[in-house]
Amino acid sequence: MITTRCAQVVIPTMAVALMLSILPLPEWAQMFRPDWVALVLIYWVMAMPERVGVTVAWVFGLLLDVAQGSILGQHALGLVVISYIVLMQYSRIRVFSLLQQAIVVFFLLLIKQLLVLWVNGIIGLSPSIGSYFIPSLVGAALWPWLFLSLRNIRRKFTLTKHY
Amino acid sequence: MQPLFLRGPSITLRAIILIALSIGIMIADHRWHHLEKVRGVIESYVIYPLRYTVNLPVSFFDWMDKSLSSHQALLEENQQYQKAQLRYRVQLQKLSVLEKENERLRYMLSASPKVGEPVLVAELLSVDQDPYRQQVVLNKGRKDKVYIGQPIIDAWGVMGQIIYLADSSSTAMLISDPSHAIPVQVNRSGLRSTAFGTGNASELELRYIPHNADIQIGDLIVASGLGQRFPPNYPVARIVKIERPVGEAFATVLAEPLAHLDKSREVLLVWHNPPVDDAGSKKNAKQPEQGASK
Repeated sequence: MITTRCAQVVIPTMAVALMLSILPLPEWAQMFRPDWVALVLIYWVMAMPERVGVTVAWVFGLLLDVAQGSILGQHALGLVVISYIVLMQYSRIRVFSLLQQAIVVFFLLLIKQLLVLWVNGIIGLSPSIGSYFIPSLVGAALWPWLFLSLRNIRRKFTLTKHY
Repeated sequence: MQPLFLRGPSITLRAIILIALSIGIMIADHRWHHLEKVRGVIESYVIYPLRYTVNLPVSFFDWMDKSLSSHQALLEENQQYQKAQLRYRVQLQKLSVLEKENERLRYMLSASPKVGEPVLVAELLSVDQDPYRQQVVLNKGRKDKVYIGQPIIDAWGVMGQIIYLADSSSTAMLISDPSHAIPVQVNRSGLRSTAFGTGNASELELRYIPHNADIQIGDLIVASGLGQRFPPNYPVARIVKIERPVGEAFATVLAEPLAHLDKSREVLLVWHNPPVDDAGSKKNAKQPEQGASK
């Protein structure tokens, strides 16, 4: 479970990710907005799989649902699924190069996006945006930078000695 | 000490439980709207501070803009407002005469008089919502006696209605949301219809209009007040496109919302038929039927 010491780092970074996902952007830029919450969550699950897992993913998914005004459980479902995949594969993903990781992250973000769109389709919100994979692409492109900055944060707070 | 492998089965089990829970919650939220309280609590205590922070730079720049604008500019602006005010007052004088006359006529027809609805100005928080929906967040909530289903309008027309409530904020669905529909009437001919959102902020669709209906491009569409949710006679949209495809039962009619759905920063909350169960706190809790006289 998440300990207080690591909560002090995980919660603020996730809060920033939540704020970035509701930050007002001009109309044309909205389709490029990456899924910040999923990105930061992927990093923490990968870095500290024994502390940040599916439960944390679910809680932040619910918060994201409330923040974005989507139906409760929609983003929670997507985040649980991708954090589960990361939990199963984290030791493999860790040894990848940043580029390879970015590719994995692209597919993870795409899975989450498709789950969200799938639920939207079921409740009758037909997606008018055809380029649904663009946020995942932007997210993957941001991954190396995000990875390095979050790793710096983690090392500064010496959360885990290894990795 | 970090284990080399995590305890697999327990994680899988937990993931399955959480996925099932998510699906259950989605059904409960979408079908039965059971979770509005939960959403309100999360919104009030967790999300609102985040929204407030995100909104801070915008309100700060607004404030800077106001405090740094020159004396001269402010004077000019003030003068303009005063002129506009004068002009509106002259128009209003006529309007009050007309209103009285209308009331008398309605009285003679023994129809119910039109009562002005109480309103409250709210500001939009500049935060973005789900890109697949058309929603906005307002800075007024349960504390200000806002209720679910309350209509919001801006200076140009009907904008939408409140769908989620928190203590000091609320979320409104715009009339252009794909799951929104508003009962409307063509102002010129009195033809009734329903305007559905399309997910596009500059387009509404009027469905079930027969080919021979009296409707033209440029016609003003107003709220009909049927359905008791929106106050009647507020402008909603203007017809921009009519197609009468051969072989289809109904015409395709598109309208452009008059409210500045993606630009307005200030909106009005209108009290129209507020729920009665909230006893005592509202004036004119139950108004007589309107608009349904035909």
